[in-house]
Amino acid sequence: MPQIPYILSLVTFLPLVGAGVLLLARLMSKGSADGLARWIALATTLATLVVSIALVAAFDPSNPGYQFVERFGWFRGAEYHLGVDGVSILFVLLTAFLMPLCIVASWKTITERVVDYMIAFLVLETLVIGVFTALDLFLFYIFFEGTLVPMFIIIGVWGGANRIYAAYKFFLYTLLGSVLMLLAMLWMAHTAGTTSIPELKTFAFSEQAQPLLWLAFFASFAVKMPMWPVHTWLPDAHVQAPTAGSVILAGILLKLGGYGFILFNLPMFPQASEMFAPLVFALSAIAIVYTSLVAFRQTDMKKLIAYSSVAHMGFVTMGIFAGNDQGVQGAVFQMLSHGLISGALFLCVGVVYDRMHTREIALYGGLTARMPWFAAIFLLFTMANVGLPGTSGFIGEILTMTGIYQVSTWTAFVAASGVILSAVYALTLYRNVMFGEITNPAMKAITDVDRREILIFTPLIVGTLILGVQPGLVLDYTEASVSAVTTAYQLAIGG
Amino acid sequence: MPDLIQALQLSAPEATLAVGGLVLLMVGAFAGEKSARLVSTLSVLLLVAATALVVTGPLGRAFNGAYVADPLAVFGKAVIFLSSAVAIVLGDGWMKRQRIARFEYPILIVLASAGMGMMASSGDLISLYIGIELHSLALYVLAAFHRDDLRASEAGLKYFVLGALSSGLLLYGASLIYGFTGSMRFEDIAAYAAANPSTGLIFGLVFLICGLAFKVSAAPFHMWTPDVYEGAPTPVVALFATAPKVAAMVLIARTLEGAFAGSHDQWSQVLILISLISFAVGAFGGLVQKDIQRLLAYSSIANIGYALLGIAAGTTLGVQAMLLFMTLYVVDQFGFFAILLSLSRNGRPIRTIQDLAGLRKERPVTTLALTVLSLSVLGMPPLSGFWGKWAVFGAAAEAGYWMVGAAGLVASVVAGFYYLRIIKVMWFDPAPEQAPTDRAPLEAKTIAWGCAAFSFPLVIVGLTWLEPWAAAAAVGYGVG
Repeated sequence: MPQIPYILSLVTFLPLVGAGVLLLARLMSKGSADGLARWIALATTLATLVVSIALVAAFDPSNPGYQFVERFGWFRGAEYHLGVDGVSILFVLLTAFLMPLCIVASWKTITERVVDYMIAFLVLETLVIGVFTALDLFLFYIFFEGTLVPMFIIIGVWGGANRIYAAYKFFLYTLLGSVLMLLAMLWMAHTAGTTSIPELKTFAFSEQAQPLLWLAFFASFAVKMPMWPVHTWLPDAHVQAPTAGSVILAGILLKLGGYGFILFNLPMFPQASEMFAPLVFALSAIAIVYTSLVAFRQTDMKKLIAYSSVAHMGFVTMGIFAGNDQGVQGAVFQMLSHGLISGALFLCVGVVYDRMHTREIALYGGLTARMPWFAAIFLLFTMANVGLPGTSGFIGEILTMTGIYQVSTWTAFVAASGVILSAVYALTLYRNVMFGEITNPAMKAITDVDRREILIFTPLIVGTLILGVQPGLVLDYTEASVSAVTTAYQLAIGG
Repeated sequence: MPDLIQALQLSAPEATLAVGGLVLLMVGAFAGEKSARLVSTLSVLLLVAATALVVTGPLGRAFNGAYVADPLAVFGKAVIFLSSAVAIVLGDGWMKRQRIARFEYPILIVLASAGMGMMASSGDLISLYIGIELHSLALYVLAAFHRDDLRASEAGLKYFVLGALSSGLLLYGASLIYGFTGSMRFEDIAAYAAANPSTGLIFGLVFLICGLAFKVSAAPFHMWTPDVYEGAPTPVVALFATAPKVAAMVLIARTLEGAFAGSHDQWSQVLILISLISFAVGAFGGLVQKDIQRLLAYSSIANIGYALLGIAAGTTLGVQAMLLFMTLYVVDQFGFFAILLSLSRNGRPIRTIQDLAGLRKERPVTTLALTVLSLSVLGMPPLSGFWGKWAVFGAAAEAGYWMVGAAGLVASVVAGFYYLRIIKVMWFDPAPEQAPTDRAPLEAKTIAWGCAAFSFPLVIVGLTWLEPWAAAAAVGYGVG
């Protein structure tokens, strides 16, 4: 396959070009540009998807290094430096994959300020892909921080009743986390004399500096993940965000934290990572058990799924800091799979919310009778969320637990109980919403999923099942890059 | 005689402004009030000409070293004079709409600019004090320019009384320094201080810093700022927020790095304390403000704290960071004030944050511009404010001030709340029943959009030449 020159810049900035076109269209058009905006946004995201597929096709999975590298000097030592390895390329693909689904999911539900909405989404796509392709400290920081702004506006403008509180909380919480990271980055650039991430990975930071640097990065990524106890912004943000916003939040933005751990904490500060690993294990174990129990008590569907996301991210952090192949591979897999599953679950909530305009679990019941297709789809994703073998959720959990078992048996033990707990809350949710008699008369007229919704769910169903039975599709890509990271890590800590 | 000619050549920018200002005063006095527009135009041209003289003029020392033309002065003066010119452009139309157009407005700014140029170029304590007084006296009058307005008169009086107090402090410090070193010239002071460190000298230094900190409105010498920002006419506040701050920052850098380079350990402590208090006052004080101009006052206090942190680092990198920060900050400030000047309902200017509600529907481009500027001052990458903060914190970190940097960053998160509120009101709040906004005046609109466009995306290109220029200015201290 012939390689497209500057393909990474293309895939990163293509959505931004679409946003620029939309902005022009808005300024030029006298009447409503809503219909046009939807199509332009869809076309842009689909084009980005095509480019990212071309990117994956041209990628050489056996090479553990960075590929398609673009590097230009900028100023003050910072560089425009892009590249992807086996891990980041999959996140680029996941982003490009979920974005068109979000646009289609918002097709009918977003009726106000459509142009602004689509612009915000396209800008967000550029920034998120930028995070995954950036190989310069400050470029990374620019993209990483930049994601806050469109998300702030998406939650604040198109969110639910309490949206402003949630938008503020989301913004300030994550900003506080990342300013500490900025300070650490300044120090690293000063000490190592370079801002290139691949070069920093090989730079040995002193053992005195590592814990502080590690904590600074941890503060930022832990808020983003989010880990217990700094997870409290997530349920608020999710409940108030529009459906597509929730999909992006759960599907992609949460993964920035885990990606950051793999990119910075583990390879750059190995001694500190080893030192703090018990802390991470403890926090992860608490997250898995505690938030699962909290999820069980929720009365709002979206909040329940949000808490379940926190629990699932617990597996990711645990796997990453296990520091072995299975753990890190499992964490990457779990993130990708959670991107599909939680995205799909939020879309499922969106389906019933669009019809009934409530997310109260108690007001639902007996939907199987009225919505057989929806019942089947929702069941599939509920099971995938629980980690049923045959779905992608299972692979991620089993791999991370295998990884953690070798390092900390107790954590693995506690985490395994989380699998049971997740079955408890997920199945209870399913039973309360789908089974039983229809008690609420308003539900009598509810209609099954329509063609547009089927169109959205099909790729997600296919993805979840294929990854469940053929995990090699992902693992082949991540293997070389992950083992480069873990080998270096094990070597550094003398394991 | 050749000495005098050379001295006049070196000080041509200030001489041009002073003479030009007096000539324009004559023009105004003979032609009467109707000449306001003409005098404004000529003043802008005068300032642009002075900028050209600064940039192209020779470097060196004049008047026995009292006047220094070095790259630092050139950089500072270019920013100061251009800022003054923008303030005149912004003020001219606004004054006319408020029916207080007078030819004195541009002339006072021209004379203040001459004083600010003197500050940026001062090489001894006398020229330092003359520069400060020359620009301060003009600014006191400007603060009370809207003389029928109660708040403007109050602002002018407050500024004058507190300004006189700070001048006193400064003079006292200068006299102590002179008494202990026996010289006015910065180099001699530096040489003497290095050889004979004394507590008295440090006393003088602290008084000097206090006087200068008042001029840049750094906490705890910030008391006048919110009231003056609220009361003075908006274009005058736009000037206060920009040119005099740059001049005073350059002067602080010049004095501390020049005359007291050896006492870095002492003055850096003072500056860091001032920075920390400024972060806190600026961030927390701004949270409860409803009036936009008052809010900007608190925002300026916090930002001056960041700039002072650059100087506190005591390195050329720090001075460079300060220059870069101030330049980018000035552009953001002009954007803010130009937007405030361009917005009015039924001729009544917009004053409170809540007045911005519903702006998104009425004025989408202005909303976008104000969003960009707010995010920039908040320090979101890749907007211009981020690069300024990045440079400052980088320099502070380089010098080992980690905890101060961390405190500043945490304060910027607190301050983030009020910048976000501006965005929130514009984007999220429903529009109340109210009169539609008036047609925006062309000059304010152009400047607002230009500044916003500079904050993003032009800054990415702009920095590639601004940054080396600031670097050259910081390195070239005292050359010639």
